[in-house]
Amino acid sequence: MDGLSIRDLRVVFDGFVAVGGVDLDVSPGDVRFLIGPNGAGKTTLVDAVTGLVKASGSVRFGERELLGTEVHRIARLGVGRTFQTAAVFENLTVLQNLDIAAGTGRGAWTMIRRRRGIPENVQEALETIGLTGQLDQAAGTLAHGQKQWLEIGMLLVQDAKLLLLDEPVAGMSHDERDATGELIGKVSRDRTVVVIEHDMDFLRRFAQTVTVLHAGRVLSEGTVAQVQADPKVQEVYMGTKEA
Amino acid sequence: MKWRAAAGFALGAVVLFGVAPAVLSDFRLSLLAKYLCFALVAVGIGLAWGRGGLLTLGQGVFFGLGGYAMAMHLKLADAGEGNLPDFMELYGQLDALPWWWRPFANPVFALAATVLLPMLVALALGTLIFRRRVRGAYFAILSQALAAAMVILLIGQQGTTGGTNGLTDIEGFFGYDLDDPVNQRMVYFIIAACLLGLLALVRQLMHSRYGELLVAVRDSEERVRFLGYNPATVKLVAYVAAAGMAGLAGALFVPAVGIISPALIGIVPSIEFVIGVAIGGRATLLGPVLGAVAVAYAKTTLSERFPGAWIYLQGALFVIVIAVLPGGLASLARLLRRQPHGRLEHP
Repeated sequence: MDGLSIRDLRVVFDGFVAVGGVDLDVSPGDVRFLIGPNGAGKTTLVDAVTGLVKASGSVRFGERELLGTEVHRIARLGVGRTFQTAAVFENLTVLQNLDIAAGTGRGAWTMIRRRRGIPENVQEALETIGLTGQLDQAAGTLAHGQKQWLEIGMLLVQDAKLLLLDEPVAGMSHDERDATGELIGKVSRDRTVVVIEHDMDFLRRFAQTVTVLHAGRVLSEGTVAQVQADPKVQEVYMGTKEA
Repeated sequence: MKWRAAAGFALGAVVLFGVAPAVLSDFRLSLLAKYLCFALVAVGIGLAWGRGGLLTLGQGVFFGLGGYAMAMHLKLADAGEGNLPDFMELYGQLDALPWWWRPFANPVFALAATVLLPMLVALALGTLIFRRRVRGAYFAILSQALAAAMVILLIGQQGTTGGTNGLTDIEGFFGYDLDDPVNQRMVYFIIAACLLGLLALVRQLMHSRYGELLVAVRDSEERVRFLGYNPATVKLVAYVAAAGMAGLAGALFVPAVGIISPALIGIVPSIEFVIGVAIGGRATLLGPVLGAVAVAYAKTTLSERFPGAWIYLQGALFVIVIAVLPGGLASLARLLRRQPHGRLEHP
């Protein structure tokens, strides 16, 4: 298992500093929550790690430098992400979605033929995310929570070793949140997980470690208790409402 | 599902090889041969546009490459060994065959070139276009510009390409006299067989894992990228395949109609290829074929009776179908059957 190591990461859009020199280490197997007020640079940080936006500094996953690598090559190195609004292929079935996610290593001969049966890793993922019964359902017709789980399932079959989840429980019901939390716990056994989340209750229950971002910089870092006790954090973010 | 496809192909074979030659006059059958050539282009557009989201508004380029490659060989064969094609004698500044004409005297080279040349050009163009992430309307406009550029190039080189007239008066087809109705029938049968073969090939592609991936790229290119695929490669395969099909169609068009000229491959014909596909239903297998044949048939019939009005009717039909039935006429059948929304057979 590999960890994520970010050094002096900067992202600037037209003079606006979205991420202004972030150092961040996520050790292998950690479940790190990234929190911070709107505009703190959480999603931009994930965008930089996955190659979507240009950034300076250094982002290392294991031994590999990710900055300057093309998006699809970063994905092939084992870095997978989800999006704030679930991004599944709505016109394809659950099985087709997972099969595509599992298929980057396939040769031309396999590609031009039909899928026969269900690949083993797809079957495993289906069970992990609890969508075995929705196998042939179009992904666009899934419930909101199920779509998020399907996305996580796609990361599993993609064989991602670093999972970057952008607000995975936004808009979910209470039960769906619990199920998602358990799912994250399950998949983190042999993977490194980074979660962007606003939900403090969810964070307290499922985070191992927390990093607080504010205005493009790291404000505080530690366990949930340490971060909550940090006066700086209370001041800018959690103090009034939550702590 | 499997027996239905087999039955469909059997039915198609009966219609194309049994019914049509029995009931149609020689003249009508040769018109049908021409329509089927447009259908061959349409099958490729259905794959690239319907499944891949690539609005290929410049298929005339590839149709033309295939057509000219075939016509060059047939003109050389008509002229006989060592002679210049008739139009070169006429325009007269040449005393020898241009170097790039010479390989087309070889029938094997010419036949291979009708399909491979368009594919190679598409490979080169597509690599540049998709790497730079040109898509949507920009891709369509670029395709149009290429069709226009090709026409300008051909017209400008009258001495070696026949200019506006194109390559005309083609008499023989690999030793067979094209004036003979029996040989015209043979050409029709070759075209019909190619169409069925191509349909089988594209059906396989659509149902393959590649077909699923292509739809995924069409619907959400960025998402596919984050899964570790390069969408440029995925699109390139469909683009090159469609170009090869257009090239084959152009090559078969030449013996069927006896001419290839800039007016048959420019901007307007390129748009007409797409209109048939849109009307028939671009994301289905048969929709593009039926649409292309229907539009070509309507064009012949209506422009005989109301010359000048056809172009407006065609435009109106296109607008109505896109506005009311974006999935084309093929989606009408499914709408009437009221298929439940959950399962999708044809994404």
